Amino acid sequence: MASKKELQVAQKRELEKKEETTIPARIFVPNADIYETKDGLNVVLEMPGVDKNSVDVRVEDDVLKVDGKLDFSKYKGLQPVYTEYNIGHFSRSFRLFGKIDQSKIAAELKDGVLSLMLPLAEKAKPRAIQVN
Amino acid sequence: MSMGFADPFDTLLDLQRSLEATLASDWLQDLTTSRGPFPPINVFQQGDDLLAIIELPGVSKSDLQIQAKENSIRIFGRKAVDYPEESSLHRRERVSGEFDRTLSVPVQIDPDGIKAEYRDGILAVFLPRAESDKPRTIKIT
Repeated sequence: MASKKELQVAQKRELEKKEETTIPARIFVPNADIYETKDGLNVVLEMPGVDKNSVDVRVEDDVLKVDGKLDFSKYKGLQPVYTEYNIGHFSRSFRLFGKIDQSKIAAELKDGVLSLMLPLAEKAKPRAIQVN
Repeated sequence: MSMGFADPFDTLLDLQRSLEATLASDWLQDLTTSRGPFPPINVFQQGDDLLAIIELPGVSKSDLQIQAKENSIRIFGRKAVDYPEESSLHRRERVSGEFDRTLSVPVQIDPDGIKAEYRDGILAVFLPRAESDKPRTIKIT
């Protein structure tokens, strides 16, 4: 038999479900640019309306993974009339070439654009090859 | 080997199979939001009024313009995507350039009451319904 606390948690979840907007939520894929400078790799992803606390950036086994959620709770209670874009979770992975200095990865989210700077490790930096 | 007339539905089925195979392959990778009109728009109803939410990541407020008419709003401007000098591009999905979209709504808008706010790459435009357009309850005597 469920305890009083478990019942309260279940009731709270039900209430949260009802309060969610009725826009269909699904996994979407943010647009991304990747470019390289002498300092390293830059990955820029578009995620308008996403809060920085809702984004998770990880590098594992040379794979950069960006996960998160577009929270539309501030529009709860509003009746959607016409919808064109996706709301819900997003996920994007990129296999990185070369070794990244993970301790120096920098991330900034501004105006709905997430900019990631991934410095290449010293060994992975490009070297000019002399043509003989 | 026997030969017969081609079934026209076979052609359609072949087309469908090819399309599904293309979508299932790695060539297109994941579909991104760059497909479709730009900027994407969501419209909500808030009582008698409307709220338009427009996705405009990385757009400067100074590059953004809104015009309103009786039952439509026009959002136009420019989205700039810049890369540093001497950078080599590995992947380019973000769209840049000029955009122009008009959203028609089935109600009369009060142009003087329109409010717009740009935050976190989202433009929110509040569109109040004109008083003259609001439904009135008729008292039966």
